[in-house]
Amino acid sequence: MIDLLGYAAFFLSTALILGIITLGLNLQWGLTGLFNVGIAGFVAIGAYTSAILTTPEAADRVGGFGWPILAGWVAAMAITGLAAGLTGFATLRLKSDYLAITTFGVAVVVQLVTLNAQGLTGGPFGVAFIPRPFASLAETPVAFNFANLAVVAAVTLVVYLALEHLSRSPWGRVLRALREDERAAISLGKSAKSYRIQAFAIGGAVMGLAGAVQAHFIGFIAPNNYLPTLTFQIWAMLMVGGAGSNRGALLGTIVVWAIWVGAGAFSSALAPTDWQARTAALQIVAIGVMLCVILLVRPNGFFGGRRRK
Amino acid sequence: MNLQFIADGLISGSLIGLGAIGVTLTYSILRFSNFAHGDLMAWGAYAALTVLGAISALLGTVAPIGMLSFGWPLVVAALVAMALVGGMALLLDWVLFARLRAKGQSIIVVMASFGASMALRSLLEFSFTSKPEYFSRAIQMALPVGFGIRVTPDQVAMLLVTLVLVTSMHLFMSRSQTGREMRAYSQNPALARVVGIDVARIVRATWLIGGALACAAGIMVGVLVQIRPLMGLDMLLPMFAAAILGGIGSIPGAVLAGLIIGLSEAAAVQLIGAEWRAGAAFVILMAVLLIRPAGLFGVSER
Repeated sequence: MIDLLGYAAFFLSTALILGIITLGLNLQWGLTGLFNVGIAGFVAIGAYTSAILTTPEAADRVGGFGWPILAGWVAAMAITGLAAGLTGFATLRLKSDYLAITTFGVAVVVQLVTLNAQGLTGGPFGVAFIPRPFASLAETPVAFNFANLAVVAAVTLVVYLALEHLSRSPWGRVLRALREDERAAISLGKSAKSYRIQAFAIGGAVMGLAGAVQAHFIGFIAPNNYLPTLTFQIWAMLMVGGAGSNRGALLGTIVVWAIWVGAGAFSSALAPTDWQARTAALQIVAIGVMLCVILLVRPNGFFGGRRRK
Repeated sequence: MNLQFIADGLISGSLIGLGAIGVTLTYSILRFSNFAHGDLMAWGAYAALTVLGAISALLGTVAPIGMLSFGWPLVVAALVAMALVGGMALLLDWVLFARLRAKGQSIIVVMASFGASMALRSLLEFSFTSKPEYFSRAIQMALPVGFGIRVTPDQVAMLLVTLVLVTSMHLFMSRSQTGREMRAYSQNPALARVVGIDVARIVRATWLIGGALACAAGIMVGVLVQIRPLMGLDMLLPMFAAAILGGIGSIPGAVLAGLIIGLSEAAAVQLIGAEWRAGAAFVILMAVLLIRPAGLFGVSER
């Protein structure tokens, strides 16, 4: 029973961290209509920034800054926001597809850097010994899991409230106006490019924060955590939840993550060992098909409420 | 300085260019960047591998042509696979893309292609596992051609095939009725409809040609390197970069830009290190977007 509670806390923490990423994407896509296919790259930038700044000295890479965890999170947001802002600056005056292609490129390059710039990122072995909040509780796993859940839930709540506030503010109204009728918004004197870059940068910063929180939650990061599958899962979560709604983004995340984990446990219990890799691939096929079906039959998702035309 | 990297760059660049033709056609005619294009390549390579397996199961091993590593069964398999992948592209369009295009938001189509790409790739991983496959395991000697450059007979053959495909594509687009209609539609869809161009036919032709060329490029990568489910994903960024550098809609541009990117990748391998190869395409992409977003041969959008 205690184990089950501990697992529930662990599951919920993981889901909520993914939920923060989805909230970031919802600001970029749901509110502003900016297509980001490099989510994994931006999450990785945040995770690595915070990890490098807070870990103790390591022999084979730069480090030993020993910053407090919170400072690492703030730095992660700043650096990821900057990276996203630059990406937006380079592409947002062009057609929307160019942003998509460039973010895809960003993810490829981040993956290259995490794998190969060993002096900075530790290469394929990643960064270990990332300080975890409440490490002193690690003796009693249940208390530790719940303490972590409390931290993650608090961060999620803050991000959620901040984004809700932003989307209702005049700033958020401009974004919606730009999405719905760009010409009308521009004729009212709003610079489409500048607002979009801001939204993309803030969304990126939220993703970076989620990456950092996740790094400190697990205590270890490696390039393999940030493959295109992550990008894809986040998109599925947002589309199931309903783009445009922060509440939908969080609910969609929890539902899709539960399906994902459940399907994983199911297949690893039933499939023979040499079929494990194959059933994992089949899981991704299922999510891909689901994403396409939702786009076709229910483009507003399931939990977003009805968007007025 | 070793000039080998020039030959390597030209060969991989011609494959990038061949793939980029499909990307640039889809973009200019159907108005979306197709993230599933790389996976059509991978499907093409696996389709050819399957057909090849069937042929050799029926007829036993066939002697290779001349100094090449493969015989006529691969040529037959390639043609069958090109038809299959062209058909698959049509099917994808019918099931998914056409319905979303009808809703009018092009970025939704991009997202669907992203979802389809992930599903297609994982389906390959499910059916064939991620273990690399080869058309032939025979080892080929590289022959010296001067200036310290060595090439294998396979590489020369693939370069010639690419040349033939690109030339015939160019002739098709500039001389044939369908090709002219495709160009007309990409330049001005409304006017093209007015003069009675059958849009559905143009769309079908675009998918068939794009799919078949992607398949050809995938098979050639399979002959020269290896076949993996991720091979298409790895080619996607260079292909997009080539399509944009060449100027969206321009076939000669895509091919030339493919060569430029292939050469820069090879130069990056030579000068910086093999592990940074994939970064070259991104650097070029960013440079084009910042300096000349219309590309080499493109017209700027109004």
